[in-house]
Amino acid sequence: MDTLAFPRTHYLNAEYGLKSWLLTTDHKRIGLLFLGAISLFFILGGIFAGLIRLELLTPPGDLVSDDTYNKLFTMHGIVMVFMFLIPSIPAVMGNFFVPIMIGARDLAFPRLNLLSWYIFMTGGLFTLYAIVTGGVDTGWTFYTPFSTLSSHSNVMTAAIGIFIIGFSSILTGLNFIVTIHTMRAPGMTWFRMPLFLWAMYATSLINVLATPVLAITIFAVALERALHMGIFDPAYGGDPVLFQHLFWFYSHPAVYIMILPAMGVVSEVIAAFSRKSIFGYKFVAFSSLAIAVFGFLVWGHHMFVAGMSVYGAMIFSVLSFLVAVPSAVKVFNWTATLYKGSISYQTPMLYALGFIGLFTIGGLTGLFLASLGVDVHVTDTYFVVAHFHYIMVGGAIMGYLGGLHYWWPKMTGRMYPDMWGRVAAVVTFLGFNLTFFPQFVLGYMGMPRRYHAYPPEFQALNVLSTAGASIMGIGYLIPAIYLLWSLKYGAIAGNNPWGAKGLEWEIPSPPPTFNFDKTPVVTEPAYAYETREK
Amino acid sequence: MEHVIVPRSTYYTIFAVLVVMTGVTTGVAFFDLGLANPVIALSIAVFKASLVVLFFMHLKYRSRLTWVVAGAAVFWLGILLVLILSDYTTRGWAWF
Ligand SMILES: [Cu+2]
Repeated sequence: MDTLAFPRTHYLNAEYGLKSWLLTTDHKRIGLLFLGAISLFFILGGIFAGLIRLELLTPPGDLVSDDTYNKLFTMHGIVMVFMFLIPSIPAVMGNFFVPIMIGARDLAFPRLNLLSWYIFMTGGLFTLYAIVTGGVDTGWTFYTPFSTLSSHSNVMTAAIGIFIIGFSSILTGLNFIVTIHTMRAPGMTWFRMPLFLWAMYATSLINVLATPVLAITIFAVALERALHMGIFDPAYGGDPVLFQHLFWFYSHPAVYIMILPAMGVVSEVIAAFSRKSIFGYKFVAFSSLAIAVFGFLVWGHHMFVAGMSVYGAMIFSVLSFLVAVPSAVKVFNWTATLYKGSISYQTPMLYALGFIGLFTIGGLTGLFLASLGVDVHVTDTYFVVAHFHYIMVGGAIMGYLGGLHYWWPKMTGRMYPDMWGRVAAVVTFLGFNLTFFPQFVLGYMGMPRRYHAYPPEFQALNVLSTAGASIMGIGYLIPAIYLLWSLKYGAIAGNNPWGAKGLEWEIPSPPPTFNFDKTPVVTEPAYAYETREK
Repeated sequence: MEHVIVPRSTYYTIFAVLVVMTGVTTGVAFFDLGLANPVIALSIAVFKASLVVLFFMHLKYRSRLTWVVAGAAVFWLGILLVLILSDYTTRGWAWF
């Protein structure tokens, strides 16, 4: 019974006032708190990116000094990775929809959930303070010995901020794991769970297992900087490559913290807009876990030219190829799901299809980088920059925007204009490719990353890239406008505007504070689209 | 969740053992035993950590699922150590 009336009471108007938000334990409100915070950080990181692309419009370093440029790309990386991408889908849509999709009234630890937002904000403000008071110039990777010996920028303040933010991801991960284990509604078996939940579960495992290593690594940097303990600095008997081992043990899996949730969103959207159940459901579910586990075995591919042993490099190279298998399983199974589906190209679907294309390019170029010989040629060039932006912007952000558009009517009770949504999706896709495809060519030709000046023969491709970045910026600006507009003027969404399957579409939009009046009983698998239409 | 009452004497015993082992670690550090130094120090550290996890953190009295979680953490630490050592132990090897 889909009546297009706005529910009289829901989680947004159950209570009013600043206090009702800042002290809320409602997982949906906490999701929105995260949405507000990370949106601001995304704008900040985007401004840094814009300045970088402006500087690279011309060969000489004329807009900013070399030192400022170092700080710009460092802060772009830190803000985008730690303060936007890693929290993005889990903290916003995971918080909002994990309990609803398993038929629960909240997460297992609601107050812990609120605490993780405060921890995130504390860490974020720390890092922000480091940026405002002079910035950091080490690159987002904080490589030693530069970060411990030479850099005179705010390394420790920024690092402490990231250290703090890490505890927010650990707590969110812990909360999701316990919730999915213990709070599923009657009939919601593991293999009836929507694939978004499998993705959230796998992501949470990574958060819990990897993030402590990042914290320990940062702590070791602090010990070395403050007390001159010999951990990474050869002068004190340490080894700088050890830092890279420890850092990438977290930071390679961190790529999957960003991409797995997006893959979960894509599974939901592909099923909903092709009106079919996901082909090979169990394979897609287990491939999330496989990615989470294999993701821990491959970090050495970032260090092939860093002085690690050739035999170690061979092992990491082979293992890196392995992780392509579960990723390919997903791409093939989504494609097979589309086959003979009744496909409609609404906004979320365009983002999901964009994800598949861009992620595939990013993933395949990752195989180039996993090959020892090719990697030596392109390490620290724009080829690498293009590769990981295809994964993290083309993949993770397309997935994030797809999910935001898919669930926005549920979160707010309002529709956005679908035509503008489709325009934005296409503009983003085109702008993205214009920005980053030329960087593959630049890198292959030998343009190194992290320089503010370059030889004139690289200018044409850099101009294309900067032009693309401005188009992409417009592609992000359009949704910001119409989504805010929709809050007041959007058409009323009703319970299930997409005609999609899933517990979240059976409750009012926006949902009531405790989601379900009575505990739902699940009687069919996820994505039972075919059975309904018979 | 089942709640086991652990007698206080257990905690005091474990604490005493931890203090003694700390003393042993410090004592051994005064003798130059070559490679044996880190081996002994690390073995004592692992032993002490196990005591803390088993008794102070109550793992000994918990369900199998808790053991799986704790075991997974140790296994992941193993991945970190083994793959890092795949670099450090083979750095001196000749190529060919
Ligand atoms: Cu990697």
